[in-house]
Order: sequence, then structure tokens, then C-alpha cells
Amino acid sequence: MIEYINIILMETYKILFLLIPVLVSVALIVWLDRRVWAFVQKRRGPNVVGPFGLFQSLADALKYIFKEIIIPASSNKVIFTLAPIITMTLALIAWAVIPFSEDFVLADINVGILYLFAVSSLGVYGIIMGGWASNSKYPFLGSIRSAAQMISYEVSIGVIIINVLLCVGSLNLSEIVLAQKKIWFIVPLFPMFVIFFISALAETNRPPFDLPEAEAELVAGYQTEYSGMMYAMFWLGEYANILLMCAMGSILFLGGWLPPLDIHPFYLIPGPIWLIFKILFLFILFALVKATVPRYRYDQLMKLGWKIFLPFSLIWVVLTAGYLLYFDLLPLK
Amino acid sequence: MTAHLLFFYTFAFVAVFSSIMVITSKNTVHSVFFLILDFISISCLFIMIGAEFLGMMMLIVYVGAVAVLFLFVVMMLNVSQQQNQWFSSKGASTHIPIGLLVGAVIFFELIIVIGGWKYKPNILSTSLLKISSETTNTHSIGSVLYTDYIHVFQLSGMILLVAMIGAIVLTFRQRSGLKRQSYFKQISRERSDSVKLTDVESKKGVKIDD
Repeated sequence: MIEYINIILMETYKILFLLIPVLVSVALIVWLDRRVWAFVQKRRGPNVVGPFGLFQSLADALKYIFKEIIIPASSNKVIFTLAPIITMTLALIAWAVIPFSEDFVLADINVGILYLFAVSSLGVYGIIMGGWASNSKYPFLGSIRSAAQMISYEVSIGVIIINVLLCVGSLNLSEIVLAQKKIWFIVPLFPMFVIFFISALAETNRPPFDLPEAEAELVAGYQTEYSGMMYAMFWLGEYANILLMCAMGSILFLGGWLPPLDIHPFYLIPGPIWLIFKILFLFILFALVKATVPRYRYDQLMKLGWKIFLPFSLIWVVLTAGYLLYFDLLPLK
Repeated sequence: MTAHLLFFYTFAFVAVFSSIMVITSKNTVHSVFFLILDFISISCLFIMIGAEFLGMMMLIVYVGAVAVLFLFVVMMLNVSQQQNQWFSSKGASTHIPIGLLVGAVIFFELIIVIGGWKYKPNILSTSLLKISSETTNTHSIGSVLYTDYIHVFQLSGMILLVAMIGAIVLTFRQRSGLKRQSYFKQISRERSDSVKLTDVESKKGVKIDD
């Protein structure tokens, strides 16, 4: 009995050690997003609260906490309350398998990449539940749109993951990173990286694919009826998901915790720092895309997902497999 | 071992409870949510017996895709009309014999499977499948599916493809008067075939649409 309690305490300690930095970095990343957006538009952005406005997100969060939570009278109350909780939980549990360095990973499971994929595909439920339970037309339209969008782009993300797995020969995230010791997968699989990046934008409902919350047509989409802390949870979950997609991109294509060249001076900087740099780089790209590109029309979005990305990534699977087979490079064990 | 049992009974209880709730809850959307809970707890059970690949596939395929489409369809229905009692309505009673028949068949199949397990505990080691306990189960499933059973596997893929094409053909209808966007047409538009300069005579005007 004692050892069970000990194990549970140890694991809780580890989980907190992972989750608190993730939550803090979500707050900072919101600030960074707004700053980058502002600089592109030649504004200053949030710069009042704290040094460089760093504490702006904390101030916002404080405001959300003290606001009243309004639950619409005709909504389905249980599901309405569950929706933001599910979004937030799913965005956080996925971090369990992300390897920050060779021995710094919470759960080093065999099917890590499948776990990440599964959790990111469950993310659609928070949005659907929120939209349906609000019992109002704008949230419902937003959630229906988002369900179709997220399913469509998941398919191409899955095929892209298959491309990477062909080169690795394992579903374990640490092994995926270690397989990139000689060369990052972004070099041989560059087109796949581009498609992954765009699909990740669509998967996390970021502009130019933010149709679920297109404010010009749908007020705020599935979030319309939410207020106070529940709205803030949706918002935190969304940014945690974006960070997660950036982490996934840097593990699959940018070599995770590995330095750019396999020589000594680069190893002086510890692995987690490299990973954080890569995540930040991808996130700044996300923010730049948000600042520069106009929103897609819905049929164009579907066309891009099903008629362009899916066939193209399937062809790349065939090409990669053929190449590896011909030059006898398949990672067989 | 105690922790293992505790987890097993928790997930098994949730699975059974939610599958009962799927057929008894009056709101169809709630039914689908309980179905999703059922899928999730089943995949947890899969992971507990070490079949992590199957568990994750269950999550990705059933929860991530199939159940979303269920939800998609069910949400479009008018929920207030759906709230009538299934068991008391007239139409339902005619389906009961068929339901009983299907239930009986599934029950006997289950008995056969469990019986095989019960009376031949070494069924796994005597089977012809080359499963070693050293490789991960992703590797072993792959090596069995793509070598010994490649034809069956390909055949089932073809059946799914035919079913998909069939569904599209059945529901596809050509609507007239639909405006479609063609990128090729838009980009290949020249100035010469879209802009025309005309001299407009004073007090006579010009007819543009011809």
C-alpha cells in the first residue's frame, strides 16, 4: 500500500513539474502571439502590464476569473460545462509523451506518436459539445464546420506521419528523434513539412482556417455563449493545442531535442532548450501566418484538404517507400 | 496486482454502464456521447492487456472519426421529436423479434469464443501465427497482416473502397444551375476577351449586354 502511495506521489510531482511550465508558457505564448501580430501591423501590442507587457495574459486571466459565468437557460447544462473542461484536459494530457531530452519524458510509450494523433483527434469533441449544448444557431454552425474541418485535415496529418514513420521504423517518439541524428527529416521530406504546417494550422483552427469562429459571420462560433472562466478555458486549451502541434512538428521534422549539427559545441546547450527554441520558431511562423493571410472560404478549405493535400501526401508515401526500398534504406529490425 | 484489478473493474464497469446507457437514454445525442465513453473505456481495457496498438487504433478510428460522424448526423435531427419512448411506440414492437435474433446470434458467438479460451488455454501458443513476445505488438500485427494474410487484408480494403464508391454514387446528384469556381478559367482570362472599349455617342447611349 505504502509503495502505491509513494508511486502516486512521485508521479503527481512529475506531472506538476511538467504541467505548470506548460501552463505558464501558454500564458507567455498568448502574449507573444499578440506582440508578433502587432509588430507586423506596425502597432506596439500589449506593453503596459509588467516588463514588455509580459504579464498581460495573467491580468487577462485574473479578469476572466472574476467575471460571472453565464449558462444559457435553454442550454444542455451538463454538456455545456463539460465542453471547456474536455478541451483543456485533452490539450494537457498530450504533453505526457513529448520527449524533452533523452531521459526527460513523462511516459516513454511504444506508440507515442499514435497517442499524440489520437489525443489531437479527440480535440474536436470539446468544440462539437460546446456548439451543440449552447442551443443557439451560431455556435452550432461553428461546431459543425469545425468537425468537418478537423476530420478532413487529420487524414492528411495521418498520412504525413506515415511518411516519417517509414523513415524511422518505430512509433516511439524518442526513437523518431534519435533517427534524425544525421539529418533532420525536414531536409528529405520538406514538402511534407510544409503540408504538416498548413494542416496543423487547420487542425488548431488558426487563421487562415479559423472558420469555426469566423467573427464576421458567426459572432465567435462555438464560443459565443461562453463567458468568464469557461471561455478562458477554451482559449487556454486552444493555445495549449497550438503549442502541442508546434512540439509535434519539431519532433517529427526538426529533430526534437537534437542540435542542428552533430558536433560538440552544439551539445553545450542542453536538449530541452533546443526543443523550446524549435517550438518557439514554429510558433512565430504560426503568428506570422495569422498576421498576413486572409481567411479561406469554406469550400476552398475542403478542396485544399481532400483534393490537394491528401493525394499529394499519398503520392509522397509511395515515393518515400519506393526510394527507401530501392536504396535498401528501410529501417528493418 | 491490486491496482491492476482496481483499474480493470473501473474500466469494465464504465464500459458496461455506458453501453446500457446508449440504448436507454432518451436523448439521442446523449446516446452517442455514452457510445464514445464506451469506446474510450474499451480502448483503455485494450491498453491494459498490452495491446496498445489496438487501443490507440480504437481511439483514432472509432472515437476520432466514426463517432464524430455519428454525432454529426444525430445533431442535425430535431432532438425534441426524438424524445418519445422507443419501447412504448407502435413501430418499435415489430423490430423486437429481429433484434432478439441478432442478440441471440451474438450471444452464441461469444459463448463459442469464451469456450475456446476456457478449454484450450494454450490456444495462442499452438496457433500458426508467428508471434513472439519480444517484438512490440505493432511489429507483430504488421508482420502477420502483411505476410500470411496479405490477400485477405487487400480484399477487405477493396470491399471498403467499393462500399465508399457505392455510397458516393448513390447519394450523388447533379444539380443544375450551380456556379462552380474554376481556378484555371480565372487565371487564364485575358484582357482581350473580357474588356471591350466602345465609343459612346452623345444622347444615344450604348447597349452593353448583347
